[in-house]
Amino acid sequence: MFQQFSFNHVLFMLTGLGWTIGLAAIALVGGSIAGSVLTLMRVSSNPVLSRIAQFYIFVVQGTPLLVTLFIAYFGTTYLGFSIAPLTAIAVAFSFYAAAFLGDIWRGAIQSVPVGQREGAHALGLSRAHAMRYIIVPQAIRIATPPTVGFFVQLIKNTSLASVVGIVELTRTSQIVSNATFKPLEVYLTAALFYFLVCFPITLFSRSLERRLSA
Amino acid sequence: MNALDFSGVIARSDLLIKGVWLTAQISLAAMVFALIIGVLAAVLTLAGNKFLRWPVLAYVEVIRNTPFIVQVFLIYFGLPALGLRLEPISAAILAMSIYGGAYTSEIIRAGIQSIGKGQIEAGRALGMSPLTIFRYVVLKPALSSVFPSLVAQFILLLLSSSVVSAISVPELTGTGNDIQGLTLRNMEIYLVIAVIYVGLVAALKGGMTVLERVLFPFKFLRR
Repeated sequence: MFQQFSFNHVLFMLTGLGWTIGLAAIALVGGSIAGSVLTLMRVSSNPVLSRIAQFYIFVVQGTPLLVTLFIAYFGTTYLGFSIAPLTAIAVAFSFYAAAFLGDIWRGAIQSVPVGQREGAHALGLSRAHAMRYIIVPQAIRIATPPTVGFFVQLIKNTSLASVVGIVELTRTSQIVSNATFKPLEVYLTAALFYFLVCFPITLFSRSLERRLSA
Repeated sequence: MNALDFSGVIARSDLLIKGVWLTAQISLAAMVFALIIGVLAAVLTLAGNKFLRWPVLAYVEVIRNTPFIVQVFLIYFGLPALGLRLEPISAAILAMSIYGGAYTSEIIRAGIQSIGKGQIEAGRALGMSPLTIFRYVVLKPALSSVFPSLVAQFILLLLSSSVVSAISVPELTGTGNDIQGLTLRNMEIYLVIAVIYVGLVAALKGGMTVLERVLFPFKFLRR
């Protein structure tokens, strides 16, 4: 006998939403750390480091996230790590986010006018100091709107974790849909939840962009 | 840790080739439909009639702010409740087209907005019909200027096709899941599939570079 689609189901889906946001937040933090390293490698004067970062970005951006998740999910057991699937998936999302953030931030750093770097050198700042005090502060302003925009992509993409059994919003929706046999209502509710989380962030990203160009 | 053993995967390469072919077919179909939807949606949002503009803007925002897999589930599992039951492959192409169309429309809108008013006035002064002006003065230069963004979007569309394996479409990822079930060589199969996707992306990029030269030769004129 099917259950009625009730408020309790919606509450259950909301717990899934908590995991969705949590997973996206972990991926943003992990991806920012790895992404910073990638960015520095990408803009470094060492061609080998730059090439390695470029290759990493090419491969990760050229692989569907779902396949990346499968590799992480099966890979950890394959390599003999006894870590929870959730941890493996969180790490995979971080590596995925790093590839995109590394690309966004490289663009931001390279869009800081060359004169700024030259001015810093003329003032006797070392390369590292020029980066730290002159280039990066300006690049952060440029990089903020697309980074916030990418966070929306991350929140949406955590939905793919449902395929490898992480009980986030999409997975809880599947469970409720199977129990109630009301897929239309259930997935519309899920879509509404995603929209209510993502749309304000999208608007925020756009307003940042407008403020920056004004 | 066991040694990687690809023999079981290679033995099923006929399945893999079928999967690649289906991935290519649904992705190309979705790209064409997404482009058509994108042009229509961009024109409707720019046309000025607010009764046309608002529904289109709502469509774009809803699609861009909800996950693709939920859209796929809504179309495949949800629409039968409204009396529309689709085969997995049709549902996949429909979902990918709707999804790709929303992103494509934003790109094309930016392209159309970049066309100077003077261009259109010049077209009118030359006695071109509105349709001719739209086709040759607005759309073609607009598409040519946003072509790199379109290619990036099409690559994302190609990669998103892996998601439709969740509604049992036997495309590349779905085939991978099947082979995984047959051989239990999960690590090997997904590594092979990842490499194939990277190859498909590279091929798409290469194909698009050629297409750009064919469609927009004026971009490559030596001045």
